[in-house]
Amino acid sequence: MPTDNPTGGPADGSTSGDAPRIVFQDVVKKFGDTVVLNGLNFTVAKGERVTLIGPSGSGKTTILRLLMTLEHLTGGYIYVDGDPLTFEERNGKRVERKPKDVARVRRRIGMVFQQFNLFPNMNVLENITEAPIHVLGRSKDEAEARARELLEQVGLGDKADAHPTQLSGGQQQRVAIARALAMDPEILLLDEVTSALDPELVGEVLGVLREVAKNTDITMLIVTHEMQFAQEVSNRVLMFDHGRIIEEAAPDVMFSNPTEPRTREFLQAVL
Amino acid sequence: MDFFESLLDAWPQLWSGIQITLQLSLGGAALAFVIAVALGLSSISEIGVVRGVSRVLVEFFRGTSLVVQLFWLFFVLPQLGFRLESMAAGIVALGLNYGAYGAEVVRGSLNAVPKAQWEGTTALSMPWVTKMRRIIWPQAWALMLPGLNNLMVMLVKGTALALLIFLHDLTFVVDELRRTEGTYFAFGVGFALYYLISLGFSTVLRMLERRAQRKLGLAPTKAQTAQATAGAVA
Amino acid sequence: MGINWDWQDAAGVFPLLLEAFVTKTLVLTVVGSLIAAALGLVWAVALRELPTPVSKVLAWVLDVIRMTPLPLQAFFLYYVFVQLDVMTIAFIVLGVHYSTYMAESYRAGIESIRKGQWEAATALSLPKSRTWRAVIVPQALRATLPSLGNWAIAMFKDTPFLIVIGVAEMVTSAREYGGENFTYVEAFTIAGLIFLAASYPTAVLMRRLEKRLAY
Repeated sequence: MPTDNPTGGPADGSTSGDAPRIVFQDVVKKFGDTVVLNGLNFTVAKGERVTLIGPSGSGKTTILRLLMTLEHLTGGYIYVDGDPLTFEERNGKRVERKPKDVARVRRRIGMVFQQFNLFPNMNVLENITEAPIHVLGRSKDEAEARARELLEQVGLGDKADAHPTQLSGGQQQRVAIARALAMDPEILLLDEVTSALDPELVGEVLGVLREVAKNTDITMLIVTHEMQFAQEVSNRVLMFDHGRIIEEAAPDVMFSNPTEPRTREFLQAVL
Repeated sequence: MDFFESLLDAWPQLWSGIQITLQLSLGGAALAFVIAVALGLSSISEIGVVRGVSRVLVEFFRGTSLVVQLFWLFFVLPQLGFRLESMAAGIVALGLNYGAYGAEVVRGSLNAVPKAQWEGTTALSMPWVTKMRRIIWPQAWALMLPGLNNLMVMLVKGTALALLIFLHDLTFVVDELRRTEGTYFAFGVGFALYYLISLGFSTVLRMLERRAQRKLGLAPTKAQTAQATAGAVA
Repeated sequence: MGINWDWQDAAGVFPLLLEAFVTKTLVLTVVGSLIAAALGLVWAVALRELPTPVSKVLAWVLDVIRMTPLPLQAFFLYYVFVQLDVMTIAFIVLGVHYSTYMAESYRAGIESIRKGQWEAATALSLPKSRTWRAVIVPQALRATLPSLGNWAIAMFKDTPFLIVIGVAEMVTSAREYGGENFTYVEAFTIAGLIFLAASYPTAVLMRRLEKRLAY
C-alpha cells in the first residue's frame, strides 16, 4: 500500500506493509505498586485518528508516553508497523530490544507535549532543523527550507529567528508542531497540547492541527479535553477508565449516545 | 601483611602528625565559628556602621588568600612586635579566613529565614535576644549547617598550611614517610587518613543538621538552601 | 605599623610581585580553571551515564580528591611524575582538585533542567551525545557559569599552596624578597592586596552574573 505513506517516511520503512500501524498487546504499566495499565490491547490502523478520553489518571497519557519510549514498559509488547518497539518475543521469552533498534522504530513517531518543551537555547528555526539534520542526516539547506515551509503552514513564517521565550504559548506550541512534523513522522502523538494554554490561544493551535489532519494522512493518537476538536478530527474515540478501554465508538456516536454510564458521566462533566 | 607491618611501624609518627592536624582543625573551626557568628550577626545589624565594618572585614579576609594571611601573621607580626607560636598562627589564620566565609553562610541563612518569622517576632514585641535565641536562630541553624559542613572540609584541607610554618602535621609526616616507605605507601595512607578525618567531621555536622531539622519538623526548601549556602564558596 | 612601613621596599617588591602574579598566579588560575571546567563536565556527564556501580566508584574517587588537601596531592604528583616540570604538575593538581567541585556545580545545573527537555530530545530521536551537546550542556552551562566562576576564584586563592612543590608564584616571590631584605611587611601586605584587588571585583561580577543569568 504505497499510497499509505505520502509523506515519504524514513527510508528504513516497515517490515510488513499490511501490519496495523500500532499494536498494543497485553500491555502492563506499573509505577511502583500502582498499576496504571493492566493487560491493555488495542490496534490503530494506518492513517487512523484516535482520540483517547477519560478521567485523569485513567492511563491515556501513559499510553502516548509508552509509545514515545518515555516510560519503561512493565509488561507486554508494542508494535509499530509490525516491528516490536521496546520489547520483543524471542523463543517464547520477553526480551528488551537494543537501544539502536528502538531508535530505528521510534524515528517514525513524533510527539507534541502539553508544555511545548521547545529548546530555550535555540531559536525557532534551530529547534525545527536540529533533528532533521542530526538524526535524518539532511543537509542544513534542505532542513531549513523545509522548516520555513512548515513555519508558513503553522502561520509563523516571520518567526524563524525568534527565541522561544519571545513567543506566546500558542505560538510556541505551533513551533512544537512544526518541529514534530519536520521529522516526517508516520505517527503523531498529541498529549493535551492545549491544556497549558490560555483559553484565547487554544483556537490557533487547534486550527493548525485541523489543517495537518486534513492535508496529511499521518496516524494520530490524541489525548485531549477539547471534545469538539476530537469529534471533528478523529475516526474513533476510546474511553478509558482505570487503565482499561470501557467503550469504543465513532466520535458522533460516542459524544451523542454513549452506552456506558461511566462514559456518560464523564462526558457530562467535561462538556 | 607487609602493608600492615609498615603501617604499624609508622603509626607513632603518623599519630603525632594527626594530632597536629586535628589541633589545627578543631582550634581553627572553633575560632572560625565564633568569628562567623559575630560577623554574620553584625552583617544584619540595624546600625549601618556595624554592618559596614562587618562587610569590610568579611571581604578582606575572604579575598586575601589563606596562605598570605598565614605568612602575614607568622612573618610580619613579629616585626611589629607580636610573636605568635606556629600553632597559634595557624589557628588564627584558619579562624579568620574560614570565619569570614562562615559569616557569609550565617548571613545567608539568617536572610533565608522567612520574612514572616521576623515580622512575627516584632509583632510579639520580643526583645532582640529572645527573638534570636528562641525563634530565628534555631531556623537559621538548620539552614547554615550544610554550608558550614562544606567549609569544615575545606578547613581540614587548609590545615596542610602547617607545613609552611614548620609544624609537623600529617602532610609533613607523609612526606617524611615517603623517604623510608616509598611514595605509594606514604601517600596512600595519607589520603586515606585525611579522607577519614574530613569524613568524620562531615558526618558529625550531618548529624547536627538532621537533629536541627527534626527539631523544626521540616526540611528547608531548595531556594532557602541555595541562599544559605551561597557564601560557602569564593 | 607606620614606623615599619618602608615605601622604598614597597616600591622594590611591587614589580616583582606583579610579574610573578601575571606570569604564574594568573596563568595557573586560567589554565587550572579551564582543565577543571572541562574535567568537571566530564565527571558530571559520566556520573549520569555510566552504569551504577561504575558511577558509584567514580563518585567515591571524586569525594576522596575533594576531601584531601591540595598540597598533599601536589606532593604526590610531584614524586610520581618526576619528569614533569612543576608548572605542569600545578596545572594538573589545580585542575583535577577543582574539577571535583565544578562537577558538583554542573550536576546542580543539569538537575535544574526540566524533564521535558530530555523528553523532547527523545521524541525527536536525538542520539544521547547530541542531546547532551546541543540541548543539555548549553542550558546547564548557563545555570552553572557563576558557580564555576566562584570556584575559579577559590582556586586562584589556593595557588600559593603550590609553594610546597616550588612553583615560583607571587607569594613565593614575596617570601624570597622578605627573607633577603629582612622585611616582610611590605611584601606580604602588597601580595594580600593584589589578591584582594583581583578576587573581590571578580566575586562581585559573579554575583551580578548569577542574578542576570537566572531565567
